[in-house]
Amino acid sequence: MRIILPMTQPQPPDREVVAALVMAATTDVMLQRGHADANVAPDTRLVGASAVLDSLGLVTLVVDLEQRVQDELGYGLTLANERAMSRTNSPFLSVGTLTDYIHGLIVETITRA
Amino acid sequence: MPERQVVLITGARKGIGRFLAEHFAAGGAAVIGCGRTPADWTRDGVDYQRADVSSEADVKALVGHIQRAYGRLDVIVNNAGVASMNHSLLTPVATAERVLATNVTGTFLVAREGAKLMQRRRYGRIVNLTTVAVPLHLDGEAIYAASKSAVETLTKVLAHELGAFGITCNAVGPSPIATDLIHGVPAEKIEAITRRLAIKRLGRYEDVSNAIDFFVRPESDYITGQVIYLGGVS
Ligand SMILES: NC(=O)c1ccc[n+]([C@@H]2O[C@H](COP(=O)([O-])OP(=O)(O)OC[C@H]3O[C@@H](n4cnc5c(N)ncnc54)[C@H](OP(=O)(O)O)[C@@H]3O)[C@@H](O)[C@H]2O)c1
Repeated sequence: MRIILPMTQPQPPDREVVAALVMAATTDVMLQRGHADANVAPDTRLVGASAVLDSLGLVTLVVDLEQRVQDELGYGLTLANERAMSRTNSPFLSVGTLTDYIHGLIVETITRA
Repeated sequence: MPERQVVLITGARKGIGRFLAEHFAAGGAAVIGCGRTPADWTRDGVDYQRADVSSEADVKALVGHIQRAYGRLDVIVNNAGVASMNHSLLTPVATAERVLATNVTGTFLVAREGAKLMQRRRYGRIVNLTTVAVPLHLDGEAIYAASKSAVETLTKVLAHELGAFGITCNAVGPSPIATDLIHGVPAEKIEAITRRLAIKRLGRYEDVSNAIDFFVRPESDYITGQVIYLGGVS
């Protein structure tokens, strides 16, 4: 596997930076999917009965986040990787778990390089 | 079409893919072609990149290049394909895996990564290459035909999954066309296949581009999940 790493960013971004990205993306997708307003918080659920997005919304969010992580942070991640899809504690459960997951993947990418 | 279309043709080094790359470039599109080995030709409007469609890293790098250089993607033709023409009892497992990797995994990967870019503008046209070997159940082509059956099913499921993103997905199944792909098939066998077609001749590159042109027109936004076979197989 070839990982494309930005030359100028050897340090991982702060978790807050990733959190802001996930919140912004979730808000955008919710508005896009017809929510009148979107109050997104770390415990906002993304899957399950109280999820704020339907299944297509979740797909859109994941694709959108891959794009934002690439464009804004410079990391080409595949969020729907096999490990994530087979984990019992889905990293896609909430805005907070998704933030931890993406932040973790970036740290992993840097330490592996 | 006011904007210049951005078109990805996989397997564009030779054969049908090269023809399609030149065809779309002649029509004014910005064409990105790819293949595992360098092309021995160049043409204005065709940007040829090295990429093996069965490699996730290669496909991601290819689509990343398209995004950086062109900012969008309108059309994908999943043309890259390999065949193995032999009796199933004489087909090595490595051959089976190689055919499935390019034809099935490759088509899937390019569609997956390409659709991620297409959905940003809520517009896309994906056309996959299948073959008349599927409906004709040609003997000697078990793995190849099975791989293209998988491509047809993928086409139909993708049509459902990508419809909401404004992306259509269809397939065209050529009859035999004189390329390297069927170079090793004996003439009698090719004749036996064309005898089973409604129009009893070999296919031409233009027959393929004609069907693809129909699928990729902006007006074809209500045509998805369909397979068109050439030569009159039904
Ligand atoms: N010719 C026919 O009679 C016929 C009939 C029905 C359907 N088809 C379908 O039409 C498509 C094109 O066939 P063709 O006859 O033009 O074949 P071809 O002349 O053998 O050309 C195949 C092209 O695909 C590329 N390719 C192969 N594996 C690849 C991979 N893993 N990644 C990227 N590129 C790859 C090759 O370039 P590199 O070697 O440089 O990678 C080459 O440019 C295929 O999908 C085939 O199944 C053909």
